[in-house]
Amino acid sequence: MQKKIIKLFILSFILFIIGVLFISLNKNSIYDTKGLVGKKITKFGLDHFSENKMITAEDLNKNNFTLINFWASWCGPCRDEHSFLLKLNKEKNIQLLGINFKDKKNNALEFLNDLGNPYDHLARDELGKHSVNFGIYGIPESILVNRDLIIIKKFIGPISRNDYDYIKNIVRE
Amino acid sequence: MLSNIGNTLLFLNILLGIFIIYLSFQNLKNNKVSISKNIYHICLFQSTFIIICFLTLVIAFIISDFSIITVYQNSHSLKPFFYKISGTWGNHEGSLLLWVIILTVFSFLFLLYSKNHSKNYRIYSLIVQNILILGFLFFLLFNSNPFSVILPTPKEGLGLNPILQDPALAIHPPLLYIGFVGSSIYFSAAIASLLTNYSGKLFAQSIKNWVLISWSFQTLGILAGSIWAYYELGWGGFWFWDPVENASLLPWFAMTALLHSLIVLEKRNLLYFWVIILCLLTFILSVTGTFLVRSGILNSVHTFANDPSRGLYILVFLSLMIFASVLLIFNKFRNSNYNLNSNSKETFILINNWFMIFYLITVLLGTVYPIFTEVLTNHKVSVGPPFYNTVIIPIAVLFLLFMSVGPQMKWIKNKFYNLNLLFKILVASILINFSIIYFFQSYSLISNFIIISAIFLVISSLADLYKLFKKQKMDYSRVISHLAFGFLVLFIGLNHNFSLEKDFNLKLGERKKFEDYSVEFKDLRLEDFKNYKAVIGEFKINNFQKNLDKSLYPEIRIYENPSTITYEASIRSGLLKDYYITMSNVDRSDYYNIKFQKKPFMMWIWVSVIFISLGGFLRLFKNAKKDY
Repeated sequence: MQKKIIKLFILSFILFIIGVLFISLNKNSIYDTKGLVGKKITKFGLDHFSENKMITAEDLNKNNFTLINFWASWCGPCRDEHSFLLKLNKEKNIQLLGINFKDKKNNALEFLNDLGNPYDHLARDELGKHSVNFGIYGIPESILVNRDLIIIKKFIGPISRNDYDYIKNIVRE
Repeated sequence: MLSNIGNTLLFLNILLGIFIIYLSFQNLKNNKVSISKNIYHICLFQSTFIIICFLTLVIAFIISDFSIITVYQNSHSLKPFFYKISGTWGNHEGSLLLWVIILTVFSFLFLLYSKNHSKNYRIYSLIVQNILILGFLFFLLFNSNPFSVILPTPKEGLGLNPILQDPALAIHPPLLYIGFVGSSIYFSAAIASLLTNYSGKLFAQSIKNWVLISWSFQTLGILAGSIWAYYELGWGGFWFWDPVENASLLPWFAMTALLHSLIVLEKRNLLYFWVIILCLLTFILSVTGTFLVRSGILNSVHTFANDPSRGLYILVFLSLMIFASVLLIFNKFRNSNYNLNSNSKETFILINNWFMIFYLITVLLGTVYPIFTEVLTNHKVSVGPPFYNTVIIPIAVLFLLFMSVGPQMKWIKNKFYNLNLLFKILVASILINFSIIYFFQSYSLISNFIIISAIFLVISSLADLYKLFKKQKMDYSRVISHLAFGFLVLFIGLNHNFSLEKDFNLKLGERKKFEDYSVEFKDLRLEDFKNYKAVIGEFKINNFQKNLDKSLYPEIRIYENPSTITYEASIRSGLLKDYYITMSNVDRSDYYNIKFQKKPFMMWIWVSVIFISLGGFLRLFKNAKKDY
């Protein structure tokens, strides 16, 4: 009897450890940028992709919603989400701000020529420094903000059909 | 093209693995005494194919075949040749392939070199090992395929993280892998031993060389990682209790315990179940370490791109291994009466084991504690050096004392203590300690204890060496490892207490004075190298008392692919001390932040570790001569 209890104890202990590891696995995979939802994006200044000017918070104040999309020509999943971005561009209430992340200018232009340009504003973050300020840890990643630059939702990974529908519904309301 | 070859070979290896398991079960049924020749041949094929598969990847890196994602993400056509090759295992997929190679090659070698042992035991070992191989091959092929193709083929790669472009780091993974993946073979053997009741002396003999191999390489692997951290990370330390460093240390503790208790099993036929547990534990800890590092649960330089599915796969595999082991032990465990005399070598070896397990638990707790608190209480904590230092250092004093006395013990029952000699050694150690304080500087009470006990171990080991020499016994392996360990602790203690660290800002042409030293910022220049640009500073270090006059050249490197800035420490290594300077720019000013360090005996810390592992290799060669 006593032996059985010891065995049971050991087994449940191991189960407990594995359980905790399992939970933490799922926790960490989404990272901590979730906490940013509901926060306001404060001042920022991004280099415009082709012109010699800055894109700032004022540029985004004009639209009801803005989707800030981080992308690069070298990023495979960015190709996947591109069709949804093009569709979103046709929506009235939303504008798209693309931030070209750690990319070569020519490659980025080629990418947009091939697949189409969904962006109303296009900025360039060659060193990836500005993107860090947005809480980005990998691309593709997108942030949906409202007129007051409050983050409504973060999309980690490529925009999927569900994400697209979600954004569409919010924007049309 | 290369991608197809690689994938085909991986797939072929899966088939071979399944075939080996099938043949092995067939072989169990027949009554022949020896294992069928076919199995040998297929194992040889298996090893050859996996090595060719790895070479395919190496070639892809050398010729910069960017159609393969792994190459594209971790290489660049301008990268130096040497780092193109080392880039092969500098990433998750490639290193996993290396992992499978070691599993496979060890499987074949174990089969080859265990001919004196029972057939069923060997076949079961082979089966278990091949199950492990298959598990990792599936992982490799379906989750972390190193040969995945990217379309369209990029013209240029993203480059290898510059801090990984380093000779110590190039050899670090292979060494470490031979260590902890090598432990898989005695995991398999332990399971086979439980299944076939092949226990005792014979079992000990069949695995002892494998334990020695993995232990010696693990030691060197940890050393290479530590050296790299010392001059690449630029913090001037050599051990940071970083979770990932800990992950490599955990199996080392288990291996060290195993290495010692195995002697008891071989000589006295005792502690069988304890040895089995350690065998299983070592590899389980190795996989746990891999899980912690690869899943991204712990963040560090070792965290390759995060992918939760990877972690999940390893976790499932790990759980299966743990439950299989535990259930099997439950099933086979029999209480045996050890009846150890407390005054005997056996007891002292057991004491070593308790210390090792204590360290293991301490480090394990410190490493996983933050994970647990985050899940259970949603608090983020980090466990740092203060925890480890307070728990480990005081216990180390006792450990060193036992380690000095233990080896002189006789088996079964020790007849007499040479108390007189021990006392003399103790007095000598204390005297040496106080003369260090008298001539140089004083240090804390605990440091006194550490240094005394380390010297105690060094002198006892030297006395031991002298005895062996007089008896003309040519087995120095154990004494060398123990002596080196004593020196290691001694040098770490001295290094800790006599290090000098200064942090200050300097402009070009300025000079900073402190204690007996002055540091002068003489020059700053920009240079272009093959794959980076560097801002190189020239600093002149003078010591007024010792006529020291040295120049150091720390760098700030700007890498293009991927664009990264690294700070390269400039180190002047000497026999007695290292001088160490790092510089970093201060934003929007002409000032540079300078970190100057004097680190005594660094070289001797490295040398000590090399000698610790050398002891293992010596014993291995001696065993090899005896057995074959």
